[in-house]
Order: sequence, then structure tokens, then C-alpha cells
Amino acid sequence: MPVEVKEPEVGEVVVADRPWVVIVWNDPVNLMSYVTFVLQKLFGYSKDKATKLMLDVHHKGKAVVSSGPRHKAELDVFRLHEHGLWATMEHDT
Amino acid sequence: MKRTRSGHFEIRLSTDERDLLRGLGPRMREVLADEADPVRQRLFPVAYPDDDDRQTEYRLLAHDELLESHLGALATLEETVDAERLDADALTAWMRALNEVRLVLGTRLEITEDGDERPADPDDPEAQAFAIYDYLTYLQGEIIEALAG
Repeated sequence: MPVEVKEPEVGEVVVADRPWVVIVWNDPVNLMSYVTFVLQKLFGYSKDKATKLMLDVHHKGKAVVSSGPRHKAELDVFRLHEHGLWATMEHDT
Repeated sequence: MKRTRSGHFEIRLSTDERDLLRGLGPRMREVLADEADPVRQRLFPVAYPDDDDRQTEYRLLAHDELLESHLGALATLEETVDAERLDADALTAWMRALNEVRLVLGTRLEITEDGDERPADPDDPEAQAFAIYDYLTYLQGEIIEALAG
């Protein structure tokens, strides 16, 4: 019986190579000062950069706070979860 | 909360405040132990909302470590609740523990961003929960200011 081999399409290869992005979503409990502090602490961002990301979360509902290979992104998500931030990850679009 | 010259932090709290903090650990451990409690989910967010397989894998890998991390912050708060001086690591654990409690309380109280009306009757159990939530919000803010300063 012939086995159907699915040829990967060009698009799929690109998907696999695309980096992952880590997203922090807005929530009503985490304080603005806390989100800023956590982003500085976990990622070594300057106060200005962390504040800008926090404001994006607050006003736009979410912000991409880091990106990279899947394992790195997953570790970043885990550390954000340790701090109670609502973080998810997805393929960069 | 004040940073001293030696890099430690002075913790000036009343006995009532410390007693309130002392009571948080046991109650939070109950929440963390009850996997059926939907509020508990807020402390274990979904990493892959669009990918069930990867989410299952993430949960398998991360859940126990995350639980240990949450419990660890609460344990530090309990062990050092009477301390008059804390180092940055211990105060950071306080900050995380208070945030865990605020997430649980805030979810239960259905806190919104636009400010929530507190029950007028101070004997209302919900009024007490709001009072604790507001106090913890204040205290967490003080800690963040001290750590970031």
C-alpha cells in the first residue's frame, strides 16, 4: 500500500523557522508598577522600555515582551507565570 | 518599607498588619490544593491558547514547578512575617506572595479596571474581602516602590 508522503509546503517551512513571541495580556489585578518592575527584573529592560511595554499592555490590551526560539519563549512564559502575569506564546505573524 | 544603607529593607508594620499577613499562607494553600477551584486557574495560566497538544505538554512540564514556586513565596512570607529587616530576595518573595493573594481575591471579587463599588455595610463579608484586597494592593505598591527605588 503506497504511503502518502505529504510534501511540506513552502509556507510550513517558514512557519517552523519563524520565532515565537511572548505576549502579556492586560488584567485588572496586576498593578502597573508591578508589571513594569517584573519586566525590568526578568528581561533586564530599562525602566523606559518596561514602562512603554506596560502601557501597551494597559492601553492596547497586550504587548509582545520577548521573542526567540520556542524553548526560550516557553521559559519566559514560565517566569512570567511565576510572577502572576497573564502570558501566552505564539508563532510570530 | 525603606531601603537601609546596608541594602536591606526596614519593615515597619503593626501587629494587626502582621497578623493579617500571617493568615494568608494557610488560606492560599487551601486554594492551591484544590484543583477544582476555578480561581486557582488564574495562578496557572494557559501558555498555548490555540494549541491543545502543546498546552498539555507545557502543563505537564510546568505545573508542579509553578506550584512549588507559588508555595515557596508564601513560605518565605510566613517565615519572615515578624522580621523588622528583610533582604531584597525575601522582600521580592513578599511581593510575589501578595500578588498571588491579590489575584485570587481579585478574581473572586470580579475586580474590574474601572474601580469597583465597595459594599456600604462594613460587616458584609464582601466588604471585608475588599478591605483586605485594598490593603494588600497598598502594601504591594509600597514594596515595589522600595525594591525599585
